[in-house]
Amino acid sequence: MSLQHYLIVSAILFVISMAGIFVNRRNVLVVLMSIELMLLAVNTNLVAFSKYLDDVQGQVFVFFILTVAAAEAAIGLAILVVLFRNKKTLEVKEINELEG
Amino acid sequence: MIISPELFQQIIFYVFATFTVGSAMAVVSVKNTIYSALFLVLCFFNTAVLWLLIEAEFLAITLVLVYVGAVMVLFLFVVMMLDVKQLKASQLKQSYTKAALLIAAAMLVELMMLFAYKLSGQIPTNELVRQEQGYSNVAEVGMELFTKYVYPFEIAAVILLVAIVAAIMLTMRKRDGNKQMDAAKQININPAERMRVVSMPAEKGQSQVHEQNRGEDS
Repeated sequence: MSLQHYLIVSAILFVISMAGIFVNRRNVLVVLMSIELMLLAVNTNLVAFSKYLDDVQGQVFVFFILTVAAAEAAIGLAILVVLFRNKKTLEVKEINELEG
Repeated sequence: MIISPELFQQIIFYVFATFTVGSAMAVVSVKNTIYSALFLVLCFFNTAVLWLLIEAEFLAITLVLVYVGAVMVLFLFVVMMLDVKQLKASQLKQSYTKAALLIAAAMLVELMMLFAYKLSGQIPTNELVRQEQGYSNVAEVGMELFTKYVYPFEIAAVILLVAIVAAIMLTMRKRDGNKQMDAAKQININPAERMRVVSMPAEKGQSQVHEQNRGEDS
């Protein structure tokens, strides 16, 4: 298999997760999961390029993306917990008001 | 019949790529949120295998340890802690679904066109560089990480610290009956307000009172 195989797999993953964000009207948790999936697709791209061009910097970058994604997931889930406490729901269509 | 190593690798690649895509589809389409979190775990495992196939061992293991071990456990924890109502199938079939699928299909076609025509000469066609025996991917990534990228590495550590503090501050709440200490109050205390010396006559002991009563009876 070549670089193209990996690029196509990660493109498909990216599109699926984007569709997941659009389709999802159930709860915000699945939207967060879709974002994780998107990051995974991007990471696959980076790893593939890094290995096929024999340049280790791409893998270092994936490492940083993993770190930031872990932080993002932790804070996002904390925000969701607070949101659920205040609203008693996680449905996307229920969360439709901003108060300033 | 003996399978050649290249063919074997291709078979493994196609099997795990299929699993990855399938479980990703399941993540976004399954009704139960817990199942979709579990499918996401499956997707991470399969992607880790795909990364192993091109010898990115360190990141594959990190993906399993960090994502499956920490982030997805956190996800499952939150899914099970928050009592999310399950929706009926009818609510999934909404007008948005068609539009979303249309957008996704359009984007997929665009990406494939991009690969096939626009970028066809620019995507590198290098063969994968197979390292010799004894090569350590971990050592290579580590060398780069701790020399050239040591400042970004430290910043990443600080970002994680900020995430910890922010997550705790967001989810902590004040409750009645919480025996929480207020450090400022503890420091500002004045001993004179806390303890009061009261002068009062000494009480008699219990046994003395008893004997006195007996003496009165006789």
